[in-house]
Amino acid sequence: MTEESAATSAVTITGLRVVRGIRTVLSDFNASFPRGRITGLLGPSGSGKTTLLRCVLGVQIVADGKITVLGQAAGSPRLRDRVGYVSQTPSVYSDLTVIENLAYFARVLGIRDRHEAVAQVVEQVDLTDHANHLVANLSGGQRARVSLAAALLGEPELLVLDEPTVGLDPVLRESLWTLFADLARAGRTLIVSSHVMDEAIRCDELVLLRDGELVFSDTPTALLAQTGTTNADEAFLALLQPRAQGEQ
Amino acid sequence: MIATTQRVLRQLKHDKRTLALIFVVPCVLLSLLWWIYDGGPFFATIAPSLLVLFPVIIMFLITSITTLRERSSGTLERLLTMPLSKLSFIGGYALAFGILATVQAVLASLLLVGPLGVDTAGPVWMLTGVAILDALVGVALGLFVSAFARTEFQAVQFFPALILPQFLLCGLLVPRDEMPRALELFSNVLPLSHAIDAIEEVATNTSPALWPQVAALIGFITLFLILGAATLRRKTP
Repeated sequence: MTEESAATSAVTITGLRVVRGIRTVLSDFNASFPRGRITGLLGPSGSGKTTLLRCVLGVQIVADGKITVLGQAAGSPRLRDRVGYVSQTPSVYSDLTVIENLAYFARVLGIRDRHEAVAQVVEQVDLTDHANHLVANLSGGQRARVSLAAALLGEPELLVLDEPTVGLDPVLRESLWTLFADLARAGRTLIVSSHVMDEAIRCDELVLLRDGELVFSDTPTALLAQTGTTNADEAFLALLQPRAQGEQ
Repeated sequence: MIATTQRVLRQLKHDKRTLALIFVVPCVLLSLLWWIYDGGPFFATIAPSLLVLFPVIIMFLITSITTLRERSSGTLERLLTMPLSKLSFIGGYALAFGILATVQAVLASLLLVGPLGVDTAGPVWMLTGVAILDALVGVALGLFVSAFARTEFQAVQFFPALILPQFLLCGLLVPRDEMPRALELFSNVLPLSHAIDAIEEVATNTSPALWPQVAALIGFITLFLILGAATLRRKTP
């Protein structure tokens, strides 16, 4: 890796191969995710998005390849308080209140001013009114936001978000994307997966996956230009179609 | 480690029904048994042994299911991406449930020597102490087997598979030295056998020598906790 790419990309993946069971999910996969940007990881369900994100986190057993995250090998102990992760299903304790959940994670992260840190993330995800409610009594969308709040604790440099806006109403989606943009402006790197194509337009960069292969990697504007389309849905269909026809 | 302990206890605080069951059920069962034998002398001979049977069963079930939930809800995966050592996670759980087990054992032994009028030759605190150690065996074993269960159904099935044989072989039904030699040898490597030996020592000796049994129990607890920590994997397929 050159000096320059190390400085500008938060995550670099080279020659990644992941086998789960008998299925090769990713093979010879290469991509890089720029620092201080929102990169959208898009693709149909089952295309390998979650597996790729788990590789970046270092929790996925990989068969081959090299993943560098913030200058360290993925999964290195030194990254554990620098990377925030939101899994697809909310991973918080349903038998604790919002505050109790966040206070515990803050303590595990070794944050000094826990009270302050928790209050800040609760406000960022707009859950102040529900701060003392049990997570079990919250709606699906609210639970997803508690999970997001936990990932925001400690201001991690890299945020890995697996479908953070699924099941949220348009108003909340809007406010979360505004939050993501603010975080990126503050120099944080975000990798956001989604299968909702119209969210692509919100990202600075796009990585499009299909069957574990990289189909496209550039800006949203370049995507529209390359496919000669006017919206994200059409662009993706244009990119996905040729292969689908070729298979028949 | 303390953070995890407090969190687990806080979760239980929101679940008052489980707490009540943990503390009340052993006492009710002991009282029921007392009633069955009409408070007769036979009750006095088996009651101390039952004192160590309840905690191991209850703690095993609670621990295996709670940890399984931690695995299946994704919170364990989240924690393992954070700066939390595996031993402090396991230790946090063991401490939290150990505290519960202590309260449970104190309540049950007070009931036994108080209202139910059982006289032990040795001191009562030793009785309670053995019950606590035995509960910790249940906790450690529960933490360990939760790694091999995918669902709550499977976790519950480990109870007849792992705890019931220990009950059959622990010397309560047939004294261990009267069993066929092979079974006697096998029973030597089961934690519950040592717990029953310890409790019988306290029940029958005015100055019980417990060190061999206590050492064996602590050995089992440590072994299962280390095995449990080894089953926590930061990387999964």
